[in-house]
Amino acid sequence: MINKERKPTAIERFLLHIHPNKIDAEAIKFTKTFGLGGISALLFVLLAISGILLRFTYVPTPESAYDSIIFLQEKILFGRLLRNIHHFSATIMVVTSFLHLIRTYYSQSLYFERSKNWIYGLLLMFLVLFSNFTGYLLPWDQLAYWAVTIMTNMLEYIPIMGDLLANMFRGGDMVNGVTLLNFYNLHTGVLPLFFVFFMSMHFWLVRKAKGVIVSESTEKEMVSVFPNLVVKEIMLALIVLAAIFLLSIFIDAPLLDKASITISPNPSKAPWYFMGVQELLLHIHPVFAVFVIPVAMLSLFFYLPYFKYSKVNIGVWFNSKIGKSLTIISVLFSFIFTLIVILISEYIIDFSSWVPKLPLLISTGLFPVLIFLIPTAGFLYYWYKVKNTGFVETVMSLVTIIITSYIVMMAVGVWFRGEGMNLIF
Amino acid sequence: MTQESKKNRVTRRKFIKGLIAAVVSFEIIYVLYGLVGKKRPNLMNKNLFNAGKVSSFENDKIYPFGSGLFYLFKYSDGGFLAISIKCTHLGCMVQFDSKNQGFMCPCHSSKFNKYGEVLSPPATRALDIFPITIEKGEILVDNEHPIQRNIFKPSQLTYI
Ligand code: HEM
Ligand code: HEM
Ligand code: FES
Repeated sequence: MINKERKPTAIERFLLHIHPNKIDAEAIKFTKTFGLGGISALLFVLLAISGILLRFTYVPTPESAYDSIIFLQEKILFGRLLRNIHHFSATIMVVTSFLHLIRTYYSQSLYFERSKNWIYGLLLMFLVLFSNFTGYLLPWDQLAYWAVTIMTNMLEYIPIMGDLLANMFRGGDMVNGVTLLNFYNLHTGVLPLFFVFFMSMHFWLVRKAKGVIVSESTEKEMVSVFPNLVVKEIMLALIVLAAIFLLSIFIDAPLLDKASITISPNPSKAPWYFMGVQELLLHIHPVFAVFVIPVAMLSLFFYLPYFKYSKVNIGVWFNSKIGKSLTIISVLFSFIFTLIVILISEYIIDFSSWVPKLPLLISTGLFPVLIFLIPTAGFLYYWYKVKNTGFVETVMSLVTIIITSYIVMMAVGVWFRGEGMNLIF
Repeated sequence: MTQESKKNRVTRRKFIKGLIAAVVSFEIIYVLYGLVGKKRPNLMNKNLFNAGKVSSFENDKIYPFGSGLFYLFKYSDGGFLAISIKCTHLGCMVQFDSKNQGFMCPCHSSKFNKYGEVLSPPATRALDIFPITIEKGEILVDNEHPIQRNIFKPSQLTYI
């Protein structure tokens, strides 16, 4: 049991500074946050430690990178375990920070004093993805090489600056030794530094907002953080650590053949979290798929806390009962509708040969977008105008549709695309 | 002067601060771009790729140069075309399929004819070409500077 007599050490007291002394009893219920932010933070620490250890054997050149990883796995005691820990922590961090985003959004924790933290959160999400992506190249195997080739070539479709951007990341027009050095430096130097800064800001802003969200109506009962919250945190941390170690013992991080610049595997896929974009690219003109649509989505997400909402119920899941049912309906709608559109676009639609006179940007860009947009707009209009659902709930429905749609496209891309990116069942 | 207009006025201090911030950020961007973006000469070979004697190629035939990342195509009238093997869809390496006399991309199965023009999507642009110079009867290909194009035109051919 906890020894109340023992005085905490200086380090313990320093660490406890993340928290206030006393805290609302409601705020420390597990189901309030599901601990997702905390798990992400823990995973970052684990990644930093395992990453720094990996650097002792990793050699960032095209000639030696692959061999250095083989050496690590076969010759060094627990080397394989170390690599697996880094690999699984990184993958799971994508999932936990995404779920954390979902939690903060649907529990209505992004308005007013928390709006700035939503922005910092989005920046952190970007860092998580970018770290994962830069790390992906480092093993320099076929998987890594072609995934990064595909992703950097997607950049080239951005109007005007595309080529410049892609060539800047790659240091040339092909993925090569300069790319590896760039990515290595970003991955093990620049991005971790940014992480530390943004995470510090993020935590500080949580405290500035007087802790995590609690709904306004509840009567406050204050309890002391130590031991009530701290014990819970330590328990969760231990469970997560145990899970990662178990995974890493029994499952190995993938490593294919050494990268070969003349042999492209069939099919070549982006890393899994970007497969939604690659799937989109199969259906829609590149300028829309890698530029117009992503920019529109990002703007929407950054702007979410700042719309002129009329009735926000801070800290109430889904804002209201209607919000909850509408969210569920939106998930179902988007799930089915996206699948249907993918199938139609794959097997029936062929605008570029139906209306060859129109520019490609319209026939393969605008038309497919409208096919998705018009029914979605109709759906939202029906709820907003006919059913008189509130504005908050309607925006939430739109966000739900977008997120579900991306997940469906990602899943199709990862699991149902085989040779030549044809659909397989 | 009112409080309001005082707040919005650009004072000398503000102006100088802004100027310094602008200069510093410009410098940082400039240096970063130079560090990250430029090819480092010691890591790249800047030489032109020598594809061999003009006389060793037959008309209307296509020759692979895997290490140079291009195919050399000799047109029926003797003009040369160096076609990049980098697929214009997402950058995989296309292969020449001698049965269909065209290029096939393994990644997402774009197809191109022997001039590099798109036969079937997802690629939207013809395969890039590299500038060719012919010196002393030898074909030199500048395989670091791809030229983008939409379709094949005879003007893209290089003659002796
Ligand atoms: C201080 C921080 C970090 C350092 C020093 C570091 C270092 C490294 C090194 C040396 C490798 C190459 C070894 C290998 O490929 O197995 C690597 C791979 C990787 N890193 Fe990190 N890393 C850090 C943080 C992160 C973070 C925050 C993430 C993601 C959120 C991440 C994701 C990855 C991924 C996905 C790989 C590829 C692993 C694989 O081969 O499957 N790293 N890292
Ligand atoms: C590396 C990634 C991240 C870490 C380590 C992190 C960490 C945390 C932690 C520890 C909290 C305290 C409450 C909790 O645990 O849920 C928190 C709250 C919050 N986070 Fe994050 N977060 C990350 C990413 C994100 C992302 C992607 C978003 C959304 C875009 C986000 C938005 C927020 C918001 C709005 C709060 C305040 C929630 C409230 O007051 O209830 N964070 N974050
Ligand atoms: S990269 Fe060639 S078809 Fe996609």
